[in-house]
Amino acid sequence: MNKTVNQKAWLLVLPVLVLVAFSAVIPIMTVVNYSVQDTFGNNQFFWTGLEWFETMLHSERMWDALGRQLMFSAIILMIQIPLGVFVALNMPKSGFWSSFCLVMMSLPLLIPWNVVGTIWQIFGRVDIGLLGYTLDAIGIEYNYTQNVFAAWVTIIVMDVWHWTSLVALLAFAGLKSIPDAYYQAAKIDQASRWAVFRYIELPKMMGVLMIAILLRFMDSFMIYTEPFVVTGGGPGNSTTLLSIDLVKMALGQFDLGPAAAFSLMYYLVILLISWVFYTVMVNMDKKEGK
Amino acid sequence: MAKITLDNLAHSYYPNATKEDDFALKELNHVWADGEAYALLGSSGCGKSTLLNIISGLLHPSQGRILFDDVDVTQASTADRNIAQVFQFPVVYDTMTVRANLAFPLKNRGASAQYIADRVQQIGAMIGMEAELDKRARGLTADAKQKISLGRGMVREDVNALLFDEPLTVIDPHMKWELRTQLKSLHHEFGHTMIYVTHDQTEALTFADKVVVMYDGRVVQIGTPEQLFNKPEHTFVGYFIGSPGMNVIPAEVSGNTATVRGLTVGLGESFGVLDGKVEIGIRPEFVTLTEGEGLPVKVRRVEDVGRHKIIRAELFGEDINIVAGEDQPISADMNRVTFDPDRVNVYVNDWLKEGEAAQ
Repeated sequence: MNKTVNQKAWLLVLPVLVLVAFSAVIPIMTVVNYSVQDTFGNNQFFWTGLEWFETMLHSERMWDALGRQLMFSAIILMIQIPLGVFVALNMPKSGFWSSFCLVMMSLPLLIPWNVVGTIWQIFGRVDIGLLGYTLDAIGIEYNYTQNVFAAWVTIIVMDVWHWTSLVALLAFAGLKSIPDAYYQAAKIDQASRWAVFRYIELPKMMGVLMIAILLRFMDSFMIYTEPFVVTGGGPGNSTTLLSIDLVKMALGQFDLGPAAAFSLMYYLVILLISWVFYTVMVNMDKKEGK
Repeated sequence: MAKITLDNLAHSYYPNATKEDDFALKELNHVWADGEAYALLGSSGCGKSTLLNIISGLLHPSQGRILFDDVDVTQASTADRNIAQVFQFPVVYDTMTVRANLAFPLKNRGASAQYIADRVQQIGAMIGMEAELDKRARGLTADAKQKISLGRGMVREDVNALLFDEPLTVIDPHMKWELRTQLKSLHHEFGHTMIYVTHDQTEALTFADKVVVMYDGRVVQIGTPEQLFNKPEHTFVGYFIGSPGMNVIPAEVSGNTATVRGLTVGLGESFGVLDGKVEIGIRPEFVTLTEGEGLPVKVRRVEDVGRHKIIRAELFGEDINIVAGEDQPISADMNRVTFDPDRVNVYVNDWLKEGEAAQ
């Protein structure tokens, strides 16, 4: 068959190109632009090459923020994934109470980040907050504005409260897809509760759990609003996570160059980790399909 | 191995069942003799899986008792009953190797490592998977997985009974034959009580010593393949067993003759006065197409299936099937049928009526 040559067909691609340009390419290029220049105001820019990247790579401040960020993501994953699975395993499997649990668990997911932050900010206050006041009253020292440990506990508990249901819902969906015959066969084989979990439930949930881990990792790695509303990154810099630090640098200090280099590196890290996850997941699927 | 007694057993999926229609399994008394191979045959939804799950303890009956060798196990758990069951769709532990899958039931019951290794090897050979023992179960085909399930069912030697719930549905036809033969030889060798649920009559008739036919939540007949063929106790059995099934024709019966629309049909036995819906049943194998005498039929179609011919015809507007020999000529003038009197069964309200020997 002969191909018809019609250059006007390019016009059909145009809307997509425009959309991608304005939603992704141009904003990123602006950041790239800032990352290789310096300015002293007056809208005058000077070429600096890769200097900002070098500065940021040697910046203790960024490495500290990255360390805190990794610790935060690791802790919430270690709590939310097992807890979510545990909740899913103990949920009613069908009937009214099953739907009831699903609805109740979806509620935190529907609350805007900002509001979640405000809820916990007030909840934890020692003067008027139910949690802070109660802890103080029974003699436990708790003050998230002064105590580093208390601040960390607060933002972690808040994140667990906000997002564990997502893991639980995904795990529940995975569990529901297991045919009854598997449980019946396990009963006949006299498998222990642990063996049922280890050899039936966990393998069947693996796919959705990988997605849950990926989602929770990316989301927690980019978290900004909730900890910012509660602690503002304090006390000191103890809860200044990557994006909080980035915003401080870019908008607080107006260090556009370093902030731009910082955000590009931040972006690459997320991309890299997501790619690793994706590859692992695809390989698992392949094995399954064989 | 055990004798299994069902005593007044019935089951309903509704909590407060009172009407008979609510019961998926209607009241049943039956003894499964120790060491026999039974097939539980019926169409989908007739309650055969319900009955199987009650025996294995996955379901608890709404009424009645189950006894294993005269010990009441109605409330006992599946594990306590020491039963093996194979399901319709393959159940394997994906992350384990084939070997670990086969060893699993033994390991859970704390058998010694040496015994497990030997026994797994033996079962591996029996299901023809010795070469694949160290492969992961995940990547295998559906029939390989089902063979593993079968193997896991047979790995324990001391089970009280082996239950199969349509286990060969997903298996290739040639493998089906092989596995069924293996099951049968296994039965001869170890003498387990086996109950095999199926809706495939060939499977049932070749596997079992005794076939239990279920219809609408009720056991309608228990018998050898031969009994089911010659004397179906219920019109459903006649219709369900045989290919094509038995012809059932409304008739009036008195003495040793039946009358169909004013025409007389001879019977091998003699009957008294019958009340209710009276029908005669005759298998297509014992109907002969003739030119001269008998009931008038209109032949619609002749199907040659190789071994014999199946003639689809109409008798007073109702379907009737006739089986004729491969070499029997069929001509356009043949428009009558005769029945072999000794092979005509009489049914009253769908149940077989035994007559007295004709004088």
